Amino acid sequence: MAARIQVPANARRGDVIEIRILVQHAMETGYRVDDTGRPIQRNVIRTLTCRYDADEIFRADLSSGISANPYLQFNTVAQASGTITCTWVDDAGVEDSASQAIEVAG
Amino acid sequence: MKTGAANRPVIGWRGWCAALLAMAAATGPVQAQERAIPLDRLQSGAVFMSAEARAQQADDFANPAMLWVERGAKLWNARAGAQQKSCADCHQDARTSMRGVAARHPAIDGASGRLFNLPDRILDCREQRQSAPRPAWESEELLSLTAFVAHQSRGTPLNATIDGPARPHFDAGRALYYQRIGQLNLSCAHCHEALWGRTLFAERISQGHPNAYPAYRLEWQATGSLERRLRACLSGVRAEMHPYGAQAHRDLELFLAWRAQGLPIETPGVRR
Repeated sequence: MAARIQVPANARRGDVIEIRILVQHAMETGYRVDDTGRPIQRNVIRTLTCRYDADEIFRADLSSGISANPYLQFNTVAQASGTITCTWVDDAGVEDSASQAIEVAG
Repeated sequence: MKTGAANRPVIGWRGWCAALLAMAAATGPVQAQERAIPLDRLQSGAVFMSAEARAQQADDFANPAMLWVERGAKLWNARAGAQQKSCADCHQDARTSMRGVAARHPAIDGASGRLFNLPDRILDCREQRQSAPRPAWESEELLSLTAFVAHQSRGTPLNATIDGPARPHFDAGRALYYQRIGQLNLSCAHCHEALWGRTLFAERISQGHPNAYPAYRLEWQATGSLERRLRACLSGVRAEMHPYGAQAHRDLELFLAWRAQGLPIETPGVRR
């Protein structure tokens, strides 16, 4: 699984910052069939969680209604220098994550 | 009442001469006036999309096709095949060595004399220069590398060569373009030349240019090649689809490249 995460490299304490995540995932609905007519098993990202160091700042429960390669975007407040890590797990139990560091001044 | 025959204009000696001259001219270099859509009226497919899809393409982070480009960048530097050579070992930095390459394709391959589109070129390198297993058509590997290489030409105007050995392919491509096919009995031109800008159900019909491929199609929920897009159109008019790698697709791609001459490459595009 490939993924991209975008966090501003620098911010001042108290700034509202934008976090963006794009995960490469088929988000199989379970309603499709393959070329031979057999149903393709449902496999979507169930939960995506983002942490600012140890604190959870964002959580999303995705479902089969979300398109393939889901893109999410949210805002948070810059508090201290640290790392923002997003972790997700799909129906097959495969877990993956992406993270990026942020430098906070002031 | 006059008959149809009486209404038919009589072509005199001068008329025949003019017709013959026109036919002779048609076999020479292609003239600008033969273009159904003049060069200054060419519009990229992006123009016909929703504002949201255009914004998605313009934003390199939100554009999902960039995932394929990133994977292609990794493959470019990865050693492959029996010779354990990477693309970069020969071509070095793709940003300079691959700049403009996509704009020249499809092009005649010097060694084989065949018409190569960009995936053909990459497959040839994989097999001949790297002694690596041949990636399948539309495989993630081939799509990623094609998207990565074509991305290096973003902003470069399409400029395919149609003279010399490419000429028969161009003529075949043009014939295909104007040939009625499928149960709907439509040629490409019926939609993309006669009706572009009008609506087909909820969509606006584009001019049918190839300058954003490989592109992420919202309908596919994935990145796909120009060849896949052509097959989708064939399926749309309920014609028999050519298999991947078919000569007909390459010929048609060459005609499309000429038809879109001067349009800047947008790869990786986002399309409906």
